[in-house]
Amino acid sequence: MQLIIIIISSVLINNYVLVQFLGICPFIGVSKKLSPAISMGVATTFVMTITAAVAWIINQYILIGLNLQFLEIGSFILVIAGLVQLVEMFIKKTSKPLYDALGIFLPLITTNCAILGLALLLVIKEYNFIESIVFGFGSGAGFTLALVIMAGIREELELADVPSYFKGAPITLITASCIALAFMGFAGLI
Amino acid sequence: MSTGKVTVWKDFAKGLWDENPSLRMLLGCCPTLAMTTSAINGFSMGIAVIFTLICSSAIISLMRNLIPKEVRIATYIIIISTFVTVVDRTMAAFLPAISKAMGPFIPLIVVNCIILGRAEAFASKNTVGRSIIDAMGMSIGFTLTLTFLGSLRELIGAGTIFSFQIMPESFIPWAVIVLPPGAFLMLGLIIGTVNWLNTQITKKTAH
Repeated sequence: MQLIIIIISSVLINNYVLVQFLGICPFIGVSKKLSPAISMGVATTFVMTITAAVAWIINQYILIGLNLQFLEIGSFILVIAGLVQLVEMFIKKTSKPLYDALGIFLPLITTNCAILGLALLLVIKEYNFIESIVFGFGSGAGFTLALVIMAGIREELELADVPSYFKGAPITLITASCIALAFMGFAGLI
Repeated sequence: MSTGKVTVWKDFAKGLWDENPSLRMLLGCCPTLAMTTSAINGFSMGIAVIFTLICSSAIISLMRNLIPKEVRIATYIIIISTFVTVVDRTMAAFLPAISKAMGPFIPLIVVNCIILGRAEAFASKNTVGRSIIDAMGMSIGFTLTLTFLGSLRELIGAGTIFSFQIMPESFIPWAVIVLPPGAFLMLGLIIGTVNWLNTQITKKTAH
């Protein structure tokens, strides 16, 4: 039951992009077309799930175990950078089509604040191992959902008559505001 | 001598308007949206970025000839994360209330594109003095934007600025502006307005 609550809360209620403002850069940058948005979402969800597991182990056994919590930021970012490289090499070796589909998005994920934010939130929320993995997956799914909705709307928005000063980023942000408003309706779900 | 002064001013001032990180370059969007629920939050976030950006720009500029090209990004991240840890720990010790309100956003300065962007685009190519001036301009531009956005949201959403009552008693606050949708809406409107202002200015100078 606890796990279902975590999934619903991270996908809908505390949506990563629309409520917590993590991963805004790819949300605005990669949401012009539907298919790259889906690839980016899948790649991010994949890395987030693995990061959640690894970050939990590192925090529990190395940082807390050796009383080194002040090294949290530095060690998480290094681990994430290494992990993304490793995932990239692994996918390249095992599944060429998936590698081609994800393309440039995999290395870019390192500097995505959603991943580091996930690792830091895990520590704040004090989840156990299984809950952390579920939380990582749920957050990734929430990110994908927001990105795909946004991309769908932006494909239509191309045809709309937007005032010239508001073309590009401003209208995207205002659209995001409307989606966020809709997502607030989920707040009473749990 | 006079040309020297002009370049210093140029290095500084471009961060305030022409290349303002959050309004013109759209860098560092996450803290811009998340930390502007009130003027004080936006301002504190800005101060944290000022410290981190100036310190890391100075160190990166000093070490620019020592860092091998292949591992430069990783080196920058380590230097930046050191200063972010300093800010994070200091804030947790002396300003626990603000530190708590910021949640994970102080540690997230590490992956803020403004800092890494300035390291890569400016500090790794220029002298220490110029890098510090550039970092000051950029981070002060960022702080001004965040404080302005924070004040505006606080004014409309709660009727106050820096917790001082501004609006008359009869004003009913638009609570949605301090909630997440308001952040997207206000930033979108401000960027659109800045685009419009900029074309007006270019038109004027062209005449």
